[in-house]
This record gives sequence, C-alpha cells and structure tokens, in this order.
Amino acid sequence: MKLAFSRKHLCIPYAVFLVLFVIAPILIMLYYAFTDSQGTFTLANFGKIFTDVPTISAILTSLAVALLTTFLCLLIGYPVAYILARTGMKSSSTLLLLFITPMWINFVLRINAFKEFFAMINLLDKSAFFNTVIGMVYDFLPFMILPLYTTLIKMDKNVIEASQDLGANKFTTFVQVILPLSMPGIISGITMVFMPTMTNYVVSDILGRMQITILGKLIENYFMQNNWNMGAAISMFLLAIMFLFTFFTGGFKNEDNTRGGGLW
Amino acid sequence: MEDKIIELIGVSREFDTTLAVDNIDLYIQKGEFVTLLGPSGCGKTTTLRMIAGFEVPTSGKILLNGKDITKIPPYERPINTVFQRYALFPHMNVFDNVAYGLKLKKITAVYEDANGNRIEKKEKLSRNEIAEKVSRVLKLVDLEEFEKRDVNTLSGGQQQRVAIARAIVNEPEILLLDEPLGALDLKMRKDMQLELKEMHKKLGITFIYVTHDQEEALTMSDTIVVMKDGTIQQIGTPTSIYNEPKNAFVADFIGESNIFSGTMVDKFKVKFINHTFDCVDDFPLNEKVDVVVRPEDVVIVKAGTGAVDGTITSTIFKGVHYEMVFTVGKTEIVIQDTVEHKVGENVGIKIDPESIHIMAKEFVSNVYDGYITKKNTVCFADGEFECDVTQLYPNSHLDDEGYLITEKGEKIDLTDVDVTVEVGLKDIEIIDNDEDGDACGSIVSIIYKGDHYQIIIRTDEEEEDFVVDTEYTWNENDRVSVKIPKDKIVMKLKQPEGAR
Repeated sequence: MKLAFSRKHLCIPYAVFLVLFVIAPILIMLYYAFTDSQGTFTLANFGKIFTDVPTISAILTSLAVALLTTFLCLLIGYPVAYILARTGMKSSSTLLLLFITPMWINFVLRINAFKEFFAMINLLDKSAFFNTVIGMVYDFLPFMILPLYTTLIKMDKNVIEASQDLGANKFTTFVQVILPLSMPGIISGITMVFMPTMTNYVVSDILGRMQITILGKLIENYFMQNNWNMGAAISMFLLAIMFLFTFFTGGFKNEDNTRGGGLW
Repeated sequence: MEDKIIELIGVSREFDTTLAVDNIDLYIQKGEFVTLLGPSGCGKTTTLRMIAGFEVPTSGKILLNGKDITKIPPYERPINTVFQRYALFPHMNVFDNVAYGLKLKKITAVYEDANGNRIEKKEKLSRNEIAEKVSRVLKLVDLEEFEKRDVNTLSGGQQQRVAIARAIVNEPEILLLDEPLGALDLKMRKDMQLELKEMHKKLGITFIYVTHDQEEALTMSDTIVVMKDGTIQQIGTPTSIYNEPKNAFVADFIGESNIFSGTMVDKFKVKFINHTFDCVDDFPLNEKVDVVVRPEDVVIVKAGTGAVDGTITSTIFKGVHYEMVFTVGKTEIVIQDTVEHKVGENVGIKIDPESIHIMAKEFVSNVYDGYITKKNTVCFADGEFECDVTQLYPNSHLDDEGYLITEKGEKIDLTDVDVTVEVGLKDIEIIDNDEDGDACGSIVSIIYKGDHYQIIIRTDEEEEDFVVDTEYTWNENDRVSVKIPKDKIVMKLKQPEGAR
C-alpha cells in the first residue's frame, strides 16, 4: 500500500489532541458522574446537587455573583464600547488598548494587587460577596468590551442614518436599531463573562477571603476530598448549563460571524 | 419665486482642510426631478447629505419652503433618503422596514368636543392605517407578496424597491436618492430608471437624485446640476446641457465629445484643426475658444470633398454604430457613424455649423500639474523650475538640509509631492534659444490682441502649453525656451484623491 499524503492528514495531530484531551476526559468525567465510589451506576450524585444544602447555596451564590457581574460589566462596557466605536475619536484605538492591556497581565497577580488595594482602603473586611463581584467585574470587563466594540464598529452607519432620516430621534434610533443590531455582541459578551464568573474561585478566594463558595470552589473541594464522583457530577451540570445557554443564544449557528464579530 | 421648495444659499462644507462643497447657490422647484451629476469627489453627495441633515454646512443657509432648516436634525425634516447601499434594517422584515417611519409619525388630528370647541391632538397612526399605507406602497413597487419576508433574503433589486418604499411611504416633500441604482446590473438599472421616473410622475414629490452616470442623468432628470470640485458648473435641462455645454468640463463629462482649442478668425468663423469653420456662436475676434464637437456630429465624406482630409486610424464596432478615430496631423477626432470605414482609409470630414459649440476659454493663467523634486525645485510642463516651496505651508521655512519646517516645527520632506502650479500670462519670459530657459518648445500660435500678442508655446514631449502675453513679436514655429521668476510660480498642494 502506498502512503499518499493528502491535506486530510494535516488534521491528524489535532484529532489526536481532541481525543486525548477533550473527548477522553469528558468520557472519564461522565463515568465518575454516573457512578458511586464503588463504581456502580447511580444518579445519586445528580440528586445530591439539587438536595444538598451547601451545593444549592454554592449554585445560588455563583448565579448571584455571575448575574450581578455580567450586569455590571454590560452597564459599564456598553457605553465604553459605544463611545470608542461610534464617536470617531482619534485616540480610540489607544483607549481600547488601555482597556485591553490588563488582560495581558497574569490575573492572579492582578487580583492580589487588587486585594492589597482593597485592604488599603479598608474594604477587604466588609462584604465577601461584593468584593468578589467587584473583583470579577474588574477582571472580566475587557471580555465584555471587546465583542461589543467589534459589533458596534462594524455596524453600517447608513442604517443608523436611515433611522434618523425616517424620523427617529437619537434615543429611538438607539432603542430600535443600534441596540437590536448589537445583540450578537451583547450575547457574546455575556457568554464571555457569565460562564467564567460562575467558576472563577481565585477571585472569590482572594477577595472574599475564603468566606464565599462558588461552584468552581465546590468542585475543587470535592476533588480535594477525593470525592471525584460528586466533583464530576457538578462539572457535568455546569457543562449542561453552558451547552443550553449557547444553544439558545444561537451560538451553534455557523452561518455568519455574529459571535462577537468573529473575534472569539 | 413661490414654488422654490428648497434653496441653498452660499453653502460650503469643509472637512478638516478639504473644501467638499464650495459656496454653492442652488434652488429646486416643487415637483422637479433634479439630478446632481459629477465625478466622484465633486461634492454632490455632501450636498445631498446637507439637504438630508446628516451634515451641517460650514457656512451658508438651507431653506425649505422659505424656512431656515440649516441646523434642524434629519429626523425633523420632511425629507427622506434612499441610500446607496439601501441601508435596510437587517433585523426587521419588509413590512417593519417600510412601516418604520409611519410608526414614529405623529399627525395632528382635529376634534370637536361637546361644546363645539376645536381640539388639536398629536396622535400616532393606527395599526390599520399603517398596514394600509404599507401595502399600498408595496404594491407601487411591485412587492405586495413580500411583507413578511426577511430583507436579507431579497435580491439587490428587491432590496432597492424596499428602500424606495420605506422612503416614499412617509410622503416626504423631497425624496433624496444617493446613487440608488449603483449596485444593480445594467439591465435592472435601465428598468429601475424608467420606474423611478414613472413613480416621480405619479407621486408628484420633488426628487433630488445623485449620480455620476451621465446617461442616467440625461434619461431621468428635468434639471441637471453638473458639479466639479465642490462647485456648480452648469444648471439646465438635459437637452440644454448636452447641446450647449457651458465649458469644456461639462462637454467632456456629458456624453462623448471632441474638444479643440480654436480661435475666432472672423464673425461666425472659428479656426481649429487648421481649418476655418462656419459657426453660429458669436465671439470677439481673435478670442481663444474651446470648440466642442460631438462624435455623432462629424460627418465622413470622400477625401477632398470635406473641410479637412485625414486618415481613419481606428474602428470599433459599438453595436448601434461604429466608433472611429480620424487623425489629421497630431489631432485625433472621435467620430460615430453607422457606416464603417476601414483603418487606413483616407477620408474627409464635414461639420455642420450648428454642431460646432464654442465656449470661452478662460486663459486667466497657466495651470499645470507638477511635483516637487529633491532639490526643492518644481517639475512641470517638461521643465524644472526654481520655486519657493515655503508657500505650500503658511509661516514655514527651510532648514539647512533643505527640509521644510512648518509653523508648528514639523519637518516635511517634499520630494515627489504633487502640486498644482499656476503661472500668470505676463510672468513668463521667452528666450530665443533652446538652452537658457528651463523648458523649451515651439510657438504654435500667435494672436494679436490689440495691444499685445498672446503666444502659445507648446513643449516637445508632454505637449503642454505656455500661454504668454508679451509685447514683443515672435514667429510661429520659432524654437524658444521659457524662464519664470521664482516668485511668480504659485503652487498649491494637491488635495488627496477621493477627499469629500
């Protein structure tokens, strides 16, 4: 048999990677999630997610942190992205860079610096929850601004002018045209912020001084206690949420570049 | 006049340092179909955008029905626009796109209360009224079945119709159309031209149409406004613009034309291509004029029987006619005729006096395209001249190395910078030999102007003309060179192409 090289063979390394580091781990996790410590099939792990008080509390805390963080990021990020994209400022690319640069600095370092800053202004001991939210906003704001910015900068100026031409003032134009047309960026930004904030326990550990447990922390705890089954079950639960979210926001449609303007 | 619907008075628009629209005066009558025509960058779109309200004039006033609307935002003007790339709302279907303006519209309704008092109320149109208006207008543009369709699934022509429907459904006083057919293919464009014309007749709305396509302008308009470099060149009906172009630019831009430099040699007699033709325009004796002859107005006859004899040097079949190039000496004349003449054929040509259009030549000064060289001299018209480059930037000076330092201290290398050079007619000195001047050529024309001679020196390679007013006599065909004093060379930086 002759070994003929075809372009198809170029994807072999990636396929190997995919099997080893994506598919296999998921299968292993699935195995642990649906078995008990003896290795027999059970649904108890999932049952526990919805009955165990610490777990429920962690889920609720995570949701609260994630929702509030996402909301604040959107509230701060949209005007910033809008101003950067639409006012034709000469220095807008420099400003954008300023907002993005923190992403390039190691975030554990950043959060620790933030902690010192919080301690300095005597906020660190106040509320573990709000400290966590503020830290998350600080950390994830660029992930909200970037997709919004890309969507807004690509928006057809003529469409906005058409709206004004047809009698809509600036506010109506924003509500009727600009906002709906920036939905892909908003969804992309929400996905980029909401999902990681559910699990990013580095922020909650450092700024919440271990007084607040979010889902990521819970998973870690279970794995540290050698309860792989529970840890895997919660991970699967999170994966399902993300899957559903992406499904309902149209993230699986590959027809256009709506997802944050192809940035992500 | 009463029926002026819109009037622009001394309107200018500057972008950074570029003057896109330069002090134009224009009025448009109610119900007219007016086309702003010109090459890209001539200011026609900027003019339209100022009427729409998207741009505010740097100076000047815009009146709508006699009322100043210069600073009124677009959403408060009874004017709607059809955009070049349609600009439909991609997140709405056809119905919602068309209904957009209607949903925002508030009309004044008059009621009588129980006591018989008149009460005026601003109210929105009802759902039914909107639906009725939308379906009526969609019928007008032949899209009645398309109400629920996603606009992204429509073809270019259909999107165009939606854009038109969206604008006219609001019954604007003026409809602005910014090259609306530019993105359509030729066949579709022709159909839409006729449809738009038809629509204009039916609706009675004033149409202001922007295009760079002269044929489109001629087909559709009642009035054409020809623009160039932010100024209006000519305003007139299609017929008058085609038949009586005001200057060489208009003649060249509208339809194909042959433009010659001519001289009035007698009453109703003009000399060009070395022959004296009868004409119907009266200009002062010895005046230099531009002569415009349309290709279809040149008649080919047997050699020896026409006014001028020459050779056919090219023949191209164009469908309805042949386009032939007739060469006499160095001059080429484009001729359109339905009878083919083969390349190399010796023929004569005749031009009817009625077909010779004469326009005054504005020899105010010599204008050239030039560029700055390394040594801070300027090259134009086959020559290199010493000049003062500091005039290009106010309050600038040259440093020791020859770089230009601007007022703000910026260092600029002017090498290869394009400039427009202007030299006055009296500022050129003629020298009796080839070597001593900065550019050389031969004298192609001498005209006695009463108290001085106007001499035209044509350079050898680029065939650029130096027009010189001088008191001294020279002979035609003399070999001469020219010298221009440094301070008489006026230069301007060329504006970058496409700046609007």
